Amino acid sequence: MKRFVSMFWVTTIPFFAMIALFLLVPLLSMIGGSFQAEGGGGFTISNYREIFSNPYYLQAFENSVLISFLSALIGIVVAVFATYAITRFPQALQQRVLVITNLTSNFAGIPLAFAFIVLLGNSGLFVLLAKQLGIDFGQSFTLYSWSGLTLVYIYFQLPLAVMLLYPLYNAIQKQWMEAAELLGASPWEFWLRIGFPVLLPGIVGTFSILFANAMGAYASAYALTGSNYNLVPIRIGALVSGDIFARPELGSALAVLLGLTLAAALIVNEWLTRKIRRDLS
Amino acid sequence: MKRISLPSLSFALVMLYLFLPVAATILYSLATEWNSTVLPEGLTGKWFAELYADPRFLQAFGRSFLLSFLTTVVAVVIIVPAVFSIIVYAPRMERLVQILVMLTYAVPGVIMAVGLIRTYSGNGIPMVIITAGAYLVGLLPYLYQGTRNSLLAMQARSLMEAAELLGASHWQAFVRIIVPNIMSGIFVSSLLSFSILFGEFVLINILVGGRYETLQMYLYAKLSSSGHVASAITVTYFVLMAIITGLVVKFTRRSFARKEVP
Repeated sequence: MKRFVSMFWVTTIPFFAMIALFLLVPLLSMIGGSFQAEGGGGFTISNYREIFSNPYYLQAFENSVLISFLSALIGIVVAVFATYAITRFPQALQQRVLVITNLTSNFAGIPLAFAFIVLLGNSGLFVLLAKQLGIDFGQSFTLYSWSGLTLVYIYFQLPLAVMLLYPLYNAIQKQWMEAAELLGASPWEFWLRIGFPVLLPGIVGTFSILFANAMGAYASAYALTGSNYNLVPIRIGALVSGDIFARPELGSALAVLLGLTLAAALIVNEWLTRKIRRDLS
Repeated sequence: MKRISLPSLSFALVMLYLFLPVAATILYSLATEWNSTVLPEGLTGKWFAELYADPRFLQAFGRSFLLSFLTTVVAVVIIVPAVFSIIVYAPRMERLVQILVMLTYAVPGVIMAVGLIRTYSGNGIPMVIITAGAYLVGLLPYLYQGTRNSLLAMQARSLMEAAELLGASHWQAFVRIIVPNIMSGIFVSSLLSFSILFGEFVLINILVGGRYETLQMYLYAKLSSSGHVASAITVTYFVLMAIITGLVVKFTRRSFARKEVP
């Protein structure tokens, strides 16, 4: 093996120190903390037992998984079609559309929640418009509930989905379509038999990234409902930052479980992608 | 007559969906009164004037700018040379770095916040410094990817060998030859990093709270008091992001153009 030059050590030691200090040590400390009783002490699984026996925390997981799944699903279905439309534009226009999409991906968190308040909040644009038309959807829809939050989540899923899906369409070559057409296939048949199966591994991968993205999202929900809405990231934030009721050990256990959920999503994605690819070959 | 296809329809819907909130916020920031009518009653610039005269806004903006700028600079100074060294001198270590990159990418801010609080709160170190440290690690995926692409594109390893054969020291070769060549790539990654940090809310809110009010936190505080001023903040933030995105596009195009015409 090549002898490492001094430059190598000078540059990589701060780098690995940084990662150790601000990534590995905190993660390990969090995992360790999740197995401690309140205020420290020996090994215990009481935090986990509390989470699994408390309907409130179970509901937070249920809500988080549901909203993440739903927003990722709607986001990806719409984006699959919309991205395909983008790939059929002239090259220069495609680039412009992607820049705009990228720009809206910055519109997340607090600013995004606020924009939705302007549109759909208690005196939002659409709420007023509906009132003028004699419809009062104050009963069936409010922004500060499950349905409103889902709309906000879908907003930040869409640009991400388009950006991740766009490169996939390069894999489908024009010649395939022409060949299929020559052999008498309709566009629908082409997409069903050839196009979609080629895209599928990428779509599944993108879906799991969207799912993870929503599971960890904190700012939008926090801005809309404070700590009222029962989602896992909101619960974690409340458990560790509350000055009087801070319970960092319980927060750690929740965070570990959230991390495991994300890891599971990524592992399922790996497994599915590989399975689909094997079926193809 | 051409039928409207499903892709075009969904594209139009996506664009409408992405633009409506932006447009409404801009309109709201310029509206005089907009509480009972469908369209604003009149247009005015007074919300912006009020906002830009508010010292609390200017301070929050300054803090966000300072925190994002300094952290980005430190991240570039730490990460870029390290990625360079690893790619040139220890390519096998790239596997390890890739795992770390995946890890930073997969762990959401709210999880990091828990670990950081457990590890560092009450140690006397200001939590802003800890937050900045977490930001450094959070920028790793973007800076790693950007640096790696630039280095591979310019074939850094053979370039270093050539420079060293001609008698340059490692550092000389790095500073005089590698750095100027990857500068535009680094610049683009830095702009991206800066914009990501400028929009960050989770870590700073949980770790530091009101003790170091950034733009995002100021916006959160304003949500309940004045919708118009909050719109003006949002629009200001969005314009800044648009400028940064524009710069990124401009510089990426330029480096593409350079590649096409050697």
